[in-house]
Amino acid sequence: MRSLSVEIIEDAVRKMVMDANYNAPEDVKKAFDIALEKEESEVAKKIFLEFKENHKLASEEKLGICQDTGLAVIFLFLGQDVHLVDGDIYEAINRGVEKGYTEGYLRKSTCDPFTRKNLGTNTPAIVHIKFIPGDKVKIVVMPKGGGAENMSALKMFAPSAGLEGAMDFVVETVRKAGPNPCPPTIIGVGIGGNFERVAFLAKRALLRPIGSKNPDERLGSIESELFERINKLGIGAMGLGGRVTSLAVHVELEPCHIASFPVAVNIECNAHRHKSIEL
Amino acid sequence: MEFNLNAPIKDNSLEKLNIGDRVYLNGVIYTARDSAHKRLIDALDEGRDMPFEIAGSVIYYVGPTPARPGKVIGSAGPTTSYRMDKYAPRLLDLGLKGMIGKGNRSDDVISSIVKNKAVYFAATGGVGALISKCIVKSEVIAFEELGPEAIRRLEVKNFPAIVVIDTFGKNLYEEGIQKYRIA
Repeated sequence: MRSLSVEIIEDAVRKMVMDANYNAPEDVKKAFDIALEKEESEVAKKIFLEFKENHKLASEEKLGICQDTGLAVIFLFLGQDVHLVDGDIYEAINRGVEKGYTEGYLRKSTCDPFTRKNLGTNTPAIVHIKFIPGDKVKIVVMPKGGGAENMSALKMFAPSAGLEGAMDFVVETVRKAGPNPCPPTIIGVGIGGNFERVAFLAKRALLRPIGSKNPDERLGSIESELFERINKLGIGAMGLGGRVTSLAVHVELEPCHIASFPVAVNIECNAHRHKSIEL
Repeated sequence: MEFNLNAPIKDNSLEKLNIGDRVYLNGVIYTARDSAHKRLIDALDEGRDMPFEIAGSVIYYVGPTPARPGKVIGSAGPTTSYRMDKYAPRLLDLGLKGMIGKGNRSDDVISSIVKNKAVYFAATGGVGALISKCIVKSEVIAFEELGPEAIRRLEVKNFPAIVVIDTFGKNLYEEGIQKYRIA
């Protein structure tokens, strides 16, 4: 059994929220370069060049890539041989988030749903903890903006809808979102589980690096077909028309109830920020 | 085409703009997003003064990140505009001339844009750091307690925007997407 102070996790989260918000990840940078080659619209090409310039500037000046520095979505993969000491893990993560957003001049976006009063802390973070074998702790921080999150959707289909119904729903969700979620987007799709699980699967699907292959052949071919259909929509960068509407479609699947066929679509904006470390 | 545009807008200079035109804004614009819009409309309902002159003004839908010491403002890109659709026609009727944001507008807003000869501009979403360089001065003038949602008076220099809905009600999102859609 390895003892690990939650203060170490707090400090890691503090640094990671800043790092993720200033420094665009390599998979996104690479995807923009590929998109620039594919894109035919001059307007959209110019936007991709702006994205690249913005990445450079944000990193150099320690500015948020986007002013919406997001709700702090945090995945903690916790080795089951780790004994966390020195306090409550959730409180530690929230302290790390608040400190990072304050020290890093990042925008705090959490508010009371009714009064809309800004809480001034950017907490609570959205924390997902999963146990894994071993004595390591992996932390993934994914600041998630509101604009793309608002365009996401979940539907509890009847099983008769089938794969075709699920795919139409995904494409239609992206079409209806149009320019709103700051395309080019990354599309996380969850299929199966139940009501809350399917939303989680869609979120977790966003963690897979852009350009990576789904290890499941069946899901891989669904992803390819969705990717093709979505990029035929013509939405393009910032919805001004173009060939590149989404940079990737990632699908995760789990078994579901014999009565159900849950499908969730989580849309991620072009400012796809993520950072991971292992402790 | 490309145009330089001075804000506030006190003449008919918007009427020459067409969808797809690139505009560089210079002068004074105001920030307002969700909560600030609600407060503005509440103030109108209660007969209170507006924190800035709406007639001729340009509103930028943005909630910036905090400025680092010695800097004017933090990252400052546009937020999604449809959330202001409920409030926009009221302000357009008072003479609001320009809105800068990103994403679709409702039919009501588009009708009001045509009726009031206003323009809806899009700035590029996700390039907040880059856009911040066009803001030369920033001052909170109302609702400071709203934090990032407070109303700020911004002085801008060559602030880049694209005409998405022009004074005739044409919509670049529809036309642009149509051009690249593969049926």
